[in-house]
Amino acid sequence: MLRYFLTRLAGAVPTLFVIVTIAFFLIRAAPGGPFDQEQTLPPEIMANLQSAYGLDLPIWNQYGRYLGALVHGDFGPSFKYKDFSVTELIGQGFPVTLELGSIAMALALILGIPIGTFAALNHNRVADYATMSLAVVGIAIPSFVVLPFLGLAFGIYLRWLPVAGWEPGSIRHLVLPVVALALPPLSVIARLTRANMLEVLRSHFIRTAFAKGLPLHTVILRHALRPTLLPVASYLAPAVASIMTGSLVVESIAGLPGIGRYMVQGALNRDYTLVLGMVIIYSTLLILMGLVVDLLYAWLDPRVRLVR
Amino acid sequence: MTPLLSIEEVSVSFSQHKRSIAAVRQVSLAVAARECVGIVGESGSGKTQVFMAVMGLLAANARADGSVRFEGHDILATAPEHLNRVRGSKLTMIFQDPMTSLTPHLKIGTQLAEVLVCHAGKSWSEARIAARRMLERVRVPEPIRRLNQYPHELSGGLRQRVMIGMSLLCDPMLVIADEPTTALDVTVQAQIIELLRAMREEVGTALVLISHDLAVVAGLADRILVMYAGRIVESATAVELFRHAQHPYTAELLKCIPSLSSPRLERLPTLAGQPPQPGDSLPGCMFAPRCSRAAERCRVERPLLAPTVGIARHVACHYPLPP
Repeated sequence: MLRYFLTRLAGAVPTLFVIVTIAFFLIRAAPGGPFDQEQTLPPEIMANLQSAYGLDLPIWNQYGRYLGALVHGDFGPSFKYKDFSVTELIGQGFPVTLELGSIAMALALILGIPIGTFAALNHNRVADYATMSLAVVGIAIPSFVVLPFLGLAFGIYLRWLPVAGWEPGSIRHLVLPVVALALPPLSVIARLTRANMLEVLRSHFIRTAFAKGLPLHTVILRHALRPTLLPVASYLAPAVASIMTGSLVVESIAGLPGIGRYMVQGALNRDYTLVLGMVIIYSTLLILMGLVVDLLYAWLDPRVRLVR
Repeated sequence: MTPLLSIEEVSVSFSQHKRSIAAVRQVSLAVAARECVGIVGESGSGKTQVFMAVMGLLAANARADGSVRFEGHDILATAPEHLNRVRGSKLTMIFQDPMTSLTPHLKIGTQLAEVLVCHAGKSWSEARIAARRMLERVRVPEPIRRLNQYPHELSGGLRQRVMIGMSLLCDPMLVIADEPTTALDVTVQAQIIELLRAMREEVGTALVLISHDLAVVAGLADRILVMYAGRIVESATAVELFRHAQHPYTAELLKCIPSLSSPRLERLPTLAGQPPQPGDSLPGCMFAPRCSRAAERCRVERPLLAPTVGIARHVACHYPLPP
């Protein structure tokens, strides 16, 4: 198991390298540069800036220097947030984003799986239709609509929770953003769980379990749940991606100091190093999630062998 | 003496696209303690659905009418909680396909032991010891290793042995075996039939053996019921049925059994025509369209299961074959 884990981690390095390379040249291919402003700078100042950041060097040279620094864990300086390195920016914001994202993910799983199971057990009845209609709403309405609506309802009218803002360690400030962020993956997980649970409940081994005279909850929890969760596990990686992109919007609406805003602003500002740093963080997370999914698969279905 | 299981006027129908399709039509039968009853019929004859209704395992769109009494208690109308007092312990079932009938992610030991934990109130460790003993009884080699294996690590024959063992854990009064050998290799089939016979002698349980294969039923059953299009058409002891079938359908079925002694290159007789589709209804005998003996009366008047010679002998035919 440990060996499998380590080989998979080592296998992630070339993947990351390819991603970094593609991202490096793609962002350079975008027109404009980090120091372009509405008023063009005098050529001498521009030249000074370019050489200070090494942008006057041939692009292969820049690429080599970037990779060299990266190997030592240095993401380089931010072009836009002067006096900050990309490592510092991400280091400050990432814990907030991680907290927001992981609570949202946990919420989506903890609520989505039981809701889906409940709907499956009430197949073609009112409870089934009601929850699944709500789930469609949850998938269809984007978080930038849900969050202001929640803020209006719970922040301004009911005054239960803050509309926006952030205090370190404050749970109350996280509630609305987490709900807005968790809603789409929660809905998808509920629908996936329902569909698969219905499928599994029709299988022969479930018939055997009922024939053995086991009570319903034992049949569901011991016999039906694990095979039901296989497709849900496959959805985890896309769910993490959806939560990450969702957090770009949610963080800026709720005024949370996460790293979501850097992705958009960095790209708009041609803040090359910041964008690359974000790409590395996000792709590492996704690769790790893929590994987690594979390990989950092996646990959910003993016929899956982890061989490498 | 009241029979162990009595099925009275049981009908099963499935609703599909707002239409009701009858699969079983007013079937009545009884199984006495320690008796082995064989149920024979083609696919779609309703032989499995009768016992799915008994076990409370009908599909969600199915509906069962009539009465099923097990040890005198009506179990057709009861809620699953009540049915679970006998289901899986006193009344058990073995299924056709051992490949898919065991839960793939649970170890064999867990799947056996949970029956005893659920019904006999045993602890998991006691139940596992009993599970090991049961694997020995159903002649599974290396029982201790098997307990920790998953179903996919066992062969089909071994899995069916596990299923049989699972059905015997709580000393059942009645075991329903639905095509227990159909999904297995021929050599393994014989072993499983042999095991069922041995278990029946050892445990003294009643057995309902459902099969489309007369040869499988012949060796085990005391009494054979032949089903066609959702109804029982003939009932006789195994010996009587093979010596002299009275219903033309049974007679045709018997002709279709290949014999090793028959001359080579002889064409195996087959039954002409198609069995009626589930839901098809005829005013007369359902077998009339395929029957060589059918007369006008057969097409308009439905033959009822009438006692003929002897007590156990019944046939639903206007013109039964003469002896």
